[in-house]
Order: sequence, then structure tokens, then C-alpha cells
Amino acid sequence: MKKCIITVVGKDTVGIIAKVCTYLADARINILDISQTILSGYFNMMMIVDVSDSVKSFDTVVSELEEVGDSIGVKIKCQREEIFDSMHRI
Amino acid sequence: MINIMEVAETNKMVEQENLDVRTITMGISLLDCAGPDLSDVCDRIYRKITSYAKDLVSTGEEIAREIGVPIVNKRISITPISLVGAACCHTPDDYVQICRTLEKAALRVGVNFIGGYSAVVSKGMTPSDELLIRSIPKALSCTEHICSSVNVGSTKTGINMDAVRLMGQIVKETAELTKDTDSSGCTRLVVLCNAPDDNPFMAGAFLGVTEPDAVINVGVSGPGVVKYALESVRGESFEVLCETIKKTAFKITRVGQLVAQEAARRLGVPFGIIDLSLAPTPAIGDSVADILEEIGVEKAGAPGTTAALALLNDQVKKGGVMASSYVGGLSGAFIPVSEDQGMINAAAAGALTIEKLEAMTCVCSVGLDMIAIPGDTKASTISGIIADEAALGMVNQKTTAARLIPVVGKTVGDHAEFGGLMGHAPIMPVNRFGCEDFINRRGRIPAPLHSFKN
Repeated sequence: MKKCIITVVGKDTVGIIAKVCTYLADARINILDISQTILSGYFNMMMIVDVSDSVKSFDTVVSELEEVGDSIGVKIKCQREEIFDSMHRI
Repeated sequence: MINIMEVAETNKMVEQENLDVRTITMGISLLDCAGPDLSDVCDRIYRKITSYAKDLVSTGEEIAREIGVPIVNKRISITPISLVGAACCHTPDDYVQICRTLEKAALRVGVNFIGGYSAVVSKGMTPSDELLIRSIPKALSCTEHICSSVNVGSTKTGINMDAVRLMGQIVKETAELTKDTDSSGCTRLVVLCNAPDDNPFMAGAFLGVTEPDAVINVGVSGPGVVKYALESVRGESFEVLCETIKKTAFKITRVGQLVAQEAARRLGVPFGIIDLSLAPTPAIGDSVADILEEIGVEKAGAPGTTAALALLNDQVKKGGVMASSYVGGLSGAFIPVSEDQGMINAAAAGALTIEKLEAMTCVCSVGLDMIAIPGDTKASTISGIIADEAALGMVNQKTTAARLIPVVGKTVGDHAEFGGLMGHAPIMPVNRFGCEDFINRRGRIPAPLHSFKN
């Protein structure tokens, strides 16, 4: 399993999760966990996904997700899980 | 499992607090490139660097994209060139030819610096060491990506005062040959005491002879992250302050550790060390001076600054050591003047003097760094400042250095511009009393006693 973390930050609006999930389904990226909260007035969503069966390269996923984010006015990032594990777990 | 607050914290560090990995530096040994024929040696150096480091820049960029943390610099450190060129260089110009080869290799692989146009002369100079040192002004003036360093002393050997005297002149000559760009050649020239073999940071990086054929060393950064973390504990006790710095340093260093391991694996080169550093840049919010002010001194250089810096430096190490499997290099907070907006402001406001900076170098990483001084400062005075700094390192068993820029044609009240990461700086006043008779003595200062510590 190759886990990545997708984060969505921005102004809350209709269809954010739908848009992101549709994109992930098309790319054959499996969602393992979703959580969301409002931080300092902004919509924050985090998804843990498994990209091992992804039909697209990591770079493509990163840039296409950015475009999806631009189209709905939020910021979407996709990073490997290791960076968060390293920083927050001993 | 990772939670949303942790993810948000990491991303805030990158997006708002200037968290980055300052440098991935690949050490490459050039010892096997030595030989009696200069053009053969140059060919071998070029081939070895361009083959080992051909994927260094692209690998760094790839890792940065995947983890979402910028890796600012990709660099190379090499065996001190005075050793590599000893058999084939008979004039300073021969060494300059090697330097041009290094520049060509740097441009080919796309790194922003190669460090190691260096000589280690802490006890004495060989004829080839001296030739290399004498070639430095010309070598730096005809290249842009090469860094040079000279180690003039150590705790074990004492200080080579003949080298110190020579380096005062070399700094002046380098300033003169690069006067069109505010003597910027001197920004790539540093004089060290107790130089480490595995330093990833410029200008003092070289790969010592104790190191393997190739190695990956990583320098971390993140003064902005520490500053923001401390904003949340204003007015709290020293205990809370220190714990906050330690925890933050741990997190910053873990990023470096991850990057180092990934880079080593992908490049097929062993991982060497993480340099636990707080390395500032001229960007707003990326300043070590700002941390000192957040700790509670009005401006960097005010009374209390040395103690605040000592505390900061020690906590960064304590937090960082546990975050990394191997620690080395310079490890500590850097206090370059021109590369830190808070230091620039403090110097311009008159809060920070060279003498106070000298005291600060006793308790943190390295030394008098990126300090612009009047262009008419005498060579012997520069040697005197170098000797003072080397003495601090020698006696305190730490690395110290002097990277001074006597800006030709400028004096106190003027401002020097070096560009990019090198930044800009006000010209700082230098004590006007001389030290010629001291510097003109021959020989070396003996190694200090290692007992009866007081």
C-alpha cells in the first residue's frame, strides 16, 4: 500500500468532496479515511488515500488535483504520508 | 493514524513559516582523480562529478514535490583541491584551471555551489596548499558557483598564524578583483578553525579525507517555524520556552532526516549526516534575529543576546539530535548578517557590532559570517579578526569562521548588495586600532592546554 495525504483548504462550498472523490475514482485511487473540520474560519479536509493502483503518475495526480482545486476555489495538495509520520510520530 | 490537526500544522509551517530543507549536499571524493598531468586531472574531476551528481538536482526536486516541502539548494562538496592538485599544479594558475573545470561541472549538473576549493593548513602549509591559497582571488573572480575555504587552526594543532596573515591579504585581493559586484567574491570565501569534514553548508563545505567516496549530507532550516512557535508562549518561563524550541527543532529535523534517507536511497549513495541548523535567509520571517527578539531582547545585539542565543542553540541541538540517526556538520544556529533581515536591521540600527557578534559566535554555530566592512580595512586588521575568531574556536573546541567582505569603495554608512541568498548588508565599523606587529610574527600559536578548564 502506498499512502498519500490529500488536503483541501478554502472557503466552504457545495460539491468539494464530490469533485475530489470523482477525480480519485477516475484515477483508481482508493480513499481510506476522510476527516474535515473548520480551522480559523476555513474549510479543512484531509483524506488518506492509497495510490498503489493509481492509473496516473504521482506528479500528474498532484497537478490535476491542483487544477480541480482552482476550478472550485480551494487549495488542494497531495503529499506522501511519510512527511507527516516523520514529523509527528517518534 | 495521522490526524487533520497534524497535517494542518505541517502545511502551515511550509506555507506561512518558511519551512524548507536548506540543502542536500552530495560529498564526492576526488582523491582518485589526482595525478601528475593537469589536463588529465581536470578530465577525471569533471567526469567523476558529472557522473555521481547527474541526478542530484532532479532527485531533490522530485522528493520536494512528493513531500510538499521545498528543498532550496542542491550542492556538492569535494575533497580539498589542494590535495587533489598537489602533484599537477605548479603555479596558482594551474589551480585556477581546476577551478574552471569545477565551474563547468557545476553548470552541467545544475547545482548552485560546489564547495571544496580548499586547503586544510591548521598546522602548516605545503607548497601546494600555498599555491592554492594564492590562486583563490583569481579563481573566485572568474567563477560564480565555486566556494573556497581555508582551515587555519584547530584545538589539537593550534593556529597557523602564517596562514592567518596570508588570508588577510587573500581576502583583500579577492575583494579587489570582484569590486564591480560589491566585492562579492568574498561571500564565497571563508576562513575556518576546527572545520568539520562533513559540513553541507557553504561557503565552508568540503569533503574531508575521513569520508567515503560519495555521501549525502543534509542541512535543515526553519528559523521562521521556531519564531512562530515561540509567539504562542510569550511571557512563559524558560522551561516552557526551551521545551517549545526543542519540540519544534525535532519536527524540523525529522523533515531533513526523511529527505536525507530518500535522497540517499534514490541516488544510491550512503547517508552521512544531518546538520542541525537554523539557517536564515534574507526573506521576511526567516530570521534567527527575529527569534532572539521573540525570546525577549529588543534588537539582536542588545544585552542578553548572547545568553538567548546560547539557549536557542542548545535547545535546537537537544531537539534535533533525537530526530536524526546521524548528526554532524556545523549543527547550530547561524548568524550571518547579510543573509538575515533581522540581523541587517539590527546592524543598521547600531544595535549589533562586530565585537558583539564575536561574543555571540562563542555560543553558536560558526562565526563572523557575511559581514561587510569598509573597503579600506587593512589586510593585517582582517587577519587580526580572523585570528580572534580562530582563537575562540581553538580554545572552546568548536568550529569558528570568518567570512568578511571588505567592500571596495564603500565605507560605514554605505550598503552592499550581494544578491539572492547572499543578501545585502550595511557596512559595519571595524576597530580602528591596528595589530600589524602581532600579525607579522612568524609561526603558529601552540595548541591550548586540554586540562585545568576554567
